[in-house]
Amino acid sequence: MSLSAATRAEIETARERYPQARSAILPALWAVQHEVGHLSPDGMEEVARILHVTASEVEAVSTFYSMYFQKPHGRHEVIVCINVSCALRGADDIVAHLERSLGCESGSTTADGEFTWSSTVECLGACGGAPAMQLDHRFVENLTPESVDATLAAARASSPHATTGPGDAVGAEPAAASSGERRRGAPAGGRTRPRRRTKPEASDG
Amino acid sequence: MAEFPLLTKDFGTQDLHERAVYERTGGYQGLREAFKRFTPETLIAEVKTSGIRGRGGAGFPTGTKWSFLPKDVFPRYLCCNADESEPGCFKDRYLIDKSPHQLVEGVLIASYALQVNVAFIYIRGEYRDQRLLLERAVEEARAAGFIGKNILGSGFDCDVIVHGGAGAYICGEETALIDSLEGLRGQPRLKPPFPAVKGLYGQPTVVNNVETLCNLPHIVQRGGEWFKSLGTEGSTGTRLFCCSGHIKKPGTYEMLLGTPIRELLEEECGGMRTGSTLKAFQPGGGSMQVLLPEHVDLPLDMNEVQKAGSSLGAGAMIFMDQDTCLVDVSMRLVDFYQHESCGKCVPCREGTYFESQLMHKLEAGHATPAELATLSDICANMDGRCFCPLGDTATWFVMSAYKHFRDEFEAHCNAGECPVKARARERAA
Ligand SMILES: Cc1cc2nc3c(=O)[nH]c(=O)nc-3n(C[C@H](O)[C@H](O)[C@H](O)COP(=O)(O)O)c2cc1C
Ligand code: FES
Repeated sequence: MSLSAATRAEIETARERYPQARSAILPALWAVQHEVGHLSPDGMEEVARILHVTASEVEAVSTFYSMYFQKPHGRHEVIVCINVSCALRGADDIVAHLERSLGCESGSTTADGEFTWSSTVECLGACGGAPAMQLDHRFVENLTPESVDATLAAARASSPHATTGPGDAVGAEPAAASSGERRRGAPAGGRTRPRRRTKPEASDG
Repeated sequence: MAEFPLLTKDFGTQDLHERAVYERTGGYQGLREAFKRFTPETLIAEVKTSGIRGRGGAGFPTGTKWSFLPKDVFPRYLCCNADESEPGCFKDRYLIDKSPHQLVEGVLIASYALQVNVAFIYIRGEYRDQRLLLERAVEEARAAGFIGKNILGSGFDCDVIVHGGAGAYICGEETALIDSLEGLRGQPRLKPPFPAVKGLYGQPTVVNNVETLCNLPHIVQRGGEWFKSLGTEGSTGTRLFCCSGHIKKPGTYEMLLGTPIRELLEEECGGMRTGSTLKAFQPGGGSMQVLLPEHVDLPLDMNEVQKAGSSLGAGAMIFMDQDTCLVDVSMRLVDFYQHESCGKCVPCREGTYFESQLMHKLEAGHATPAELATLSDICANMDGRCFCPLGDTATWFVMSAYKHFRDEFEAHCNAGECPVKARARERAA
């Protein structure tokens, strides 16, 4: 058995939750990645066994989705958005800065194994806080070279897997930091100032 | 009397994501009233009356979509589309961050109307914290008796499953979402049959956007007629607009439909940032056509914006200033579609590849006029010929930018560098 009993139990629970077992493939792959750090062939075989599908089907599904890792990644994952809204507010400079700071190209892992980073054209849904990135799936917005460095330093100093990492288990707690922010009323998607407004006279409705 | 805002009314309330707090602001009253005052049929009729159109991009009337479900075919499924990956769009994330229970309540009301006993919320993989918030909200709702068997003594049973994606824009397309939820590669299906007839597990299925569903508690409580009195004839209610780019205050703003775009830009967003003047904007997210400064006097009305040659799409407004290179913007969007093309059909898979190659060459100032003509050709051969709208929309921004900023595209040919960036650099020096 390549997976821990807890991971296997998690996959079995997912299987029971859906009307059809196969629907649990995505959550099961997340569970494997959470435990192993990437999708190991053994892990995928075990998913296949538990969900009663073939290993090649599981693998075929896994390669379709960009967030599953087919090989080991660094301890932390950094993804920087270079789509339009971020580009308009300096994403290219952030990318250049990251490349210098981490000393390796987009798509690779630092020599010390701390970070795997990449720039992505996939809009992260943080355009109101552009330029933006995610560190271990947590948003870091309104980036400056200084804030990037501070974020990286904090991640480096954190104990191994202090964050639950990319493949965190179903049912984990939301990040204390970001939900705390939300509690103070700082909107995650940028600022909002919804205002009272009456129907404009000119509307044709 | 029109009251506004609607969805974001209580978003300033501390701890609104907790069930008890949500209930104190009137939360779950919509669900209670739905059970008390409506049968599934009259509830569908009420939603039809409201005139609400889907907030996911296509703007299809929600009540009409619901009435397509074949009678007496069960089980049926509801999929809430929280895959939000349209470039420029971050409203669904905001709605979930601030008030996950509002969405859960909307899902339950829709499930009651549609007689669905298992509803799914498909949320993009990148929205990790939002998924966790939703999972917690679902558990809280279950503990309070809003989810499960015989909800609030109504005799209606419903379970809600939060399903995390894993990074694929195409899974926002409703049939690809269904494939993904079935544990397959997320590729679109041929329509017809439409999901309403044969969707998830081959059963009747409704797919609705997060924001669409968040409107339901309000429609139930205030009534369809009241909702219809908000906004304009073709665009009722309010919408959340995600504003980004060269503006003073990027963010999500809930606006009464029919309000001029200018008001959104100048009052809510604080106008263009210092030193910036508006050159162009995209009113509906990355998939939609570019509009010009003269268009900011258009109302936030789906039909009016469509008449001007674009669309309010998924509610994302990207404002660009004088130093923005429209070729560069086009290139990034084309790269996005190339990256996200699922590979199922040739025009999209190959078309986006060639588009991207040419756009990079053009932006670098190395393309010839003949290659620019080829770009047009490729786009013309893709639009309307792809298996799903992803491939079509991969051409819309480029082609509209080429039409409105032809000089800029042509000036890139054989220029050796990007002329817009060169000019901005000179000005700065
Ligand atoms: C490529 C593509 C991506 C889409 N992405 C989303 C999305 O992220 N969220 C969404 O609600 N709708 C998205 N849609 C639209 C859905 O197919 C569908 O129309 C919508 O979810 C229906 O909900 P509504 O009627 O409430 O708007 C996308 C469509 C296409 C073609
Ligand atoms: S464009 Fe970067 S997060 Fe949307």
